[in-house]
Amino acid sequence: MWTWFHRLASPPFFFRLAERWAPWLGVAALVLLAWGWIGGLVFAPPDYQQKDAFRIIYVHVPAAAVSLSLYTLMALAGAVAVIWRMKLAECVLVATAPVGASMTVVALVTGMLWGKPMWGTYWVWDARLTSELVLLFLYLGVIGLYRAFDDPRAGARACALLAIVGVVNVPIVKYSVEWWNSLHQGSTIMKLGKPSIALEMAIPLYAAVAGTLLFCGYAILRRVQNELLWRERGTQWVRELRVGEPGR
Amino acid sequence: MRAVQALLSRELRLALRAKTDWLMPPFFLLVVVTLFGLGGKAHDPALSVYAPAILWVASLLAALLTLERLFRPDYEDGTLEQLCLAPGPLYALVLAKFIAHWLLTGLPLVMLAAPLAVGLGLSGTAVPTLVAGLALGTPCLSALGGFVAALTVGLPRTGLLLPVLVLPLIVPVVIFGAGAVRAAQEGLDAQAPLYFLAAILVLSLSLVPGVASAALRNAFD
Repeated sequence: MWTWFHRLASPPFFFRLAERWAPWLGVAALVLLAWGWIGGLVFAPPDYQQKDAFRIIYVHVPAAAVSLSLYTLMALAGAVAVIWRMKLAECVLVATAPVGASMTVVALVTGMLWGKPMWGTYWVWDARLTSELVLLFLYLGVIGLYRAFDDPRAGARACALLAIVGVVNVPIVKYSVEWWNSLHQGSTIMKLGKPSIALEMAIPLYAAVAGTLLFCGYAILRRVQNELLWRERGTQWVRELRVGEPGR
Repeated sequence: MRAVQALLSRELRLALRAKTDWLMPPFFLLVVVTLFGLGGKAHDPALSVYAPAILWVASLLAALLTLERLFRPDYEDGTLEQLCLAPGPLYALVLAKFIAHWLLTGLPLVMLAAPLAVGLGLSGTAVPTLVAGLALGTPCLSALGGFVAALTVGLPRTGLLLPVLVLPLIVPVVIFGAGAVRAAQEGLDAQAPLYFLAAILVLSLSLVPGVASAALRNAFD
């Protein structure tokens, strides 16, 4: 039953799988993002109060949602790396950190740009904003820690432990708008039952969220491939890839 | 348990012989608070408003100074490897290291905080809250900072890495600690943030030593 799991963990197998899947992910991400962004930025009706300024949610919300999901993914990969010492999980962990950090930066910057006209300020020290900033620091910490190690395996395991400890921040970010009185508004799209957003605004948003997620999946797969090639550069299968002909 | 006691007494004895090690954090706190007092206007009422933040941040930075020394000397002379190889749980030994670190750096800061707070013009009613908060918060810093110190112990140079990794982990401690004092200053109930601090303390004392010992073993792989 676990054979697929073990096979997935083998670097050459995963590399070839990623090689097959990554283009499809990339195309799907492109299509969904185009749909979401064109639909959101051009065709969706303007908000009755914010007029066109609300359209930044088509970038901001996907980036913010994905920044949290990626941290969870990173911590899960970290747990797998610590428990089973799986090389692939280490590569996923290391590959996720920069992608997640950039998504966090996008979420913070777009939020600030929107905050200036709407709230009258770029930044307030309240729960949602501060915890998202802490998330960025955690990502940067993982990247910095990995860079500091000479041995990639020891470095990745250290990062894994850091990511696992930092995962307490994820629910804090997610529920910060409910637990504290935040200037940031509550979630309008992920409510069960009836979302409090008009359908013609919501559908492009869902497309943009899915597209961003797939794009990050694409970026992570490519990064994992790079990491695998670099780590396994001395092995037979990488040399075969380089020559282009098996068995040379 | 005997091993824990022995390690604790060894740590304390070593530290008491090297006075600069445990005198540095309280002295640093003193200097920072003095500089804030001198840097602002004389008799500035804003100073007492910022007193909780100044004291909390200065205490955390002061404790941060000593984190690098928590495992590194033992790593360099081989003691740490022996501790990792010792029979019995490494968890308990790491906890003993954390407790020793707190006794040497956290406790002096807690004791020094009350007179400094009065010096900064903090109202008398808020001082017990400040001291209680620091007493709950500084052990969290010893544990979380000790975990980061364990992560980076095998590295040739940590430099900027240590503060960059520690600061996001201790953000909740600062928020609740300074928040409690602010609430007490305004005559509100300060119990809720103190309970939060206590919860963080319980979590970090029970879970972090385990993760930290995994990090130490990682350094010897």
